[in-house]
Amino acid sequence: MSSLILAHTRYLMLEQIRVPIGLVASSFFPAASMLAFVVPFTGDDPVASTRATGSMMMIGAMSAALMGLSITVAQDRELPWNPYVRTLPAGPFPRFAGRILTTMATMLVSTIPVVVIAALFTTATITVPKLLIGLLALLGGAVPFMLIGLFLGFVLASKAAIGVSQVVFFPIAILGGLFLPPQIMPDFVQKVSPFVPSRGAGELIWAVTTGTSPNMVAVIMLGVWTVIAALAAGWAYRRDEGRRFS
Amino acid sequence: MTILARTVEVTRRYGDVLALDRVSLDIRAGELVGLLGPNGAGKSTLINLFVGLRKQTSGTVELLGGSPQDPVVRRGIGVTPQETGLPESLRVGEIVDFVSAHYPKKADKGELLGRFGLDDLVKRQIGGLSGGQKRRLGVALAFAGNPRMVFLDEPTTGLDVEARRALWDGIKDFHEGGGTVLLTSHYLEEIEALAQRVVVVGHGRVLADDTVRAVRDMVGVRRVSLAAENLPELPGVLASERADGRINLVTTDPDRLVVELVRSGTPFSGLEIRPTSLEEAFLAITAKETEHV
Repeated sequence: MSSLILAHTRYLMLEQIRVPIGLVASSFFPAASMLAFVVPFTGDDPVASTRATGSMMMIGAMSAALMGLSITVAQDRELPWNPYVRTLPAGPFPRFAGRILTTMATMLVSTIPVVVIAALFTTATITVPKLLIGLLALLGGAVPFMLIGLFLGFVLASKAAIGVSQVVFFPIAILGGLFLPPQIMPDFVQKVSPFVPSRGAGELIWAVTTGTSPNMVAVIMLGVWTVIAALAAGWAYRRDEGRRFS
Repeated sequence: MTILARTVEVTRRYGDVLALDRVSLDIRAGELVGLLGPNGAGKSTLINLFVGLRKQTSGTVELLGGSPQDPVVRRGIGVTPQETGLPESLRVGEIVDFVSAHYPKKADKGELLGRFGLDDLVKRQIGGLSGGQKRRLGVALAFAGNPRMVFLDEPTTGLDVEARRALWDGIKDFHEGGGTVLLTSHYLEEIEALAQRVVVVGHGRVLADDTVRAVRDMVGVRRVSLAAENLPELPGVLASERADGRINLVTTDPDRLVVELVRSGTPFSGLEIRPTSLEEAFLAITAKETEHV
């Protein structure tokens, strides 16, 4: 089984590296947001900078998971290669695992420019162990988004996935307080915020990197979202029989 | 002889469309079976059921004594993609490694590529291959796991004659080594060159299941085209239509038809006799089939 996961991961990573536009896109966006929002507004405050840097990493991870994954899966489903791969002697697990591991690698790559910008242009501080735990929190918090990405990819055509994943991405990122801290947002946003998965993921990262105590409702909701998204992704995979007459 | 693949009374629907209608078929070890039929006849659906891509609506599908849905059972088969849809950015060697990783009895990479004339291309990116090379790679992948049975869906579509013959040799070698093959093709010639047994499907049913010779006689129809006002009753006409002031007749015996036509004294002009395409022949047979039902 593990050799199959390795084979699928290797294959997907090679595709990712050979056509690195996805990698560039998911690295560019958080880096640009970092320069536009974090450096000018929080650059002098070490805690606020550290926290905002964590948020930007989560935004990069979310975009790789929601947009990257849903669009790739939807596009691959439209290629004749996809039904062929389904005839190979492997169940869905190695393919899901390969996708998730490859996306995690993309996420880690997309954090590099964010970390570099934070170190050079802000007063954000972090110890190496805290950074590593923060990255683990990032990968863990990104799991429900990867599952939502898989769900969208298996349900939608690729053109629809491009649009829908963006429509899903921005409100969730904003409501979760990743662009601006939830505390300075309007009342109704503060009420809704703990119930979107990005808030829980953000809470985890902020807690391990800046030592705040997390909002427990948000963390529990992150777990709930993970379960719902896993069920939805599994359902979508089973219902997907490729194109009708392929 | 051992049965490697079998359907028993299998029906598959897509919504209101009946793609397969109570099909029963046995494929025994060591057979090389050609599956023929026009587009939409149910060929691809049948293969998709055998390789586990789809589930039947009712009936039983067996593969190597188990269910095609079971990945372990599928270790004994090889499949070739129907269209050239290989991932462009990967190298030839990498894609063979990826596919081989799924099988316990892997074929040697160098030997496999050599068998299909791809020796020098291990390091080449798939996007840089010619159409024929991609096609051959697709067929080679079916043999990557040293399977007992392969499903080759249109293996030589788009190949030139020489490349097609080279591929045929590869398929023949596998069969002579005891391998079992289910092959679909648009080319009657290809089925003739390779298969011993031919299964003809149309409208989701098995219309014929016989030796190549018997089926060739059955589809060996001609199109007789002429301009005439009215025609008498003529023998052996499977189908007729009027188009652009001409009458087109599909028949199994054009010689007798013309003799009868001349004997009847009916005035006509512009007589042409030409072979029908396989597609037309099947349309004629399936149309006849429907009339009889």
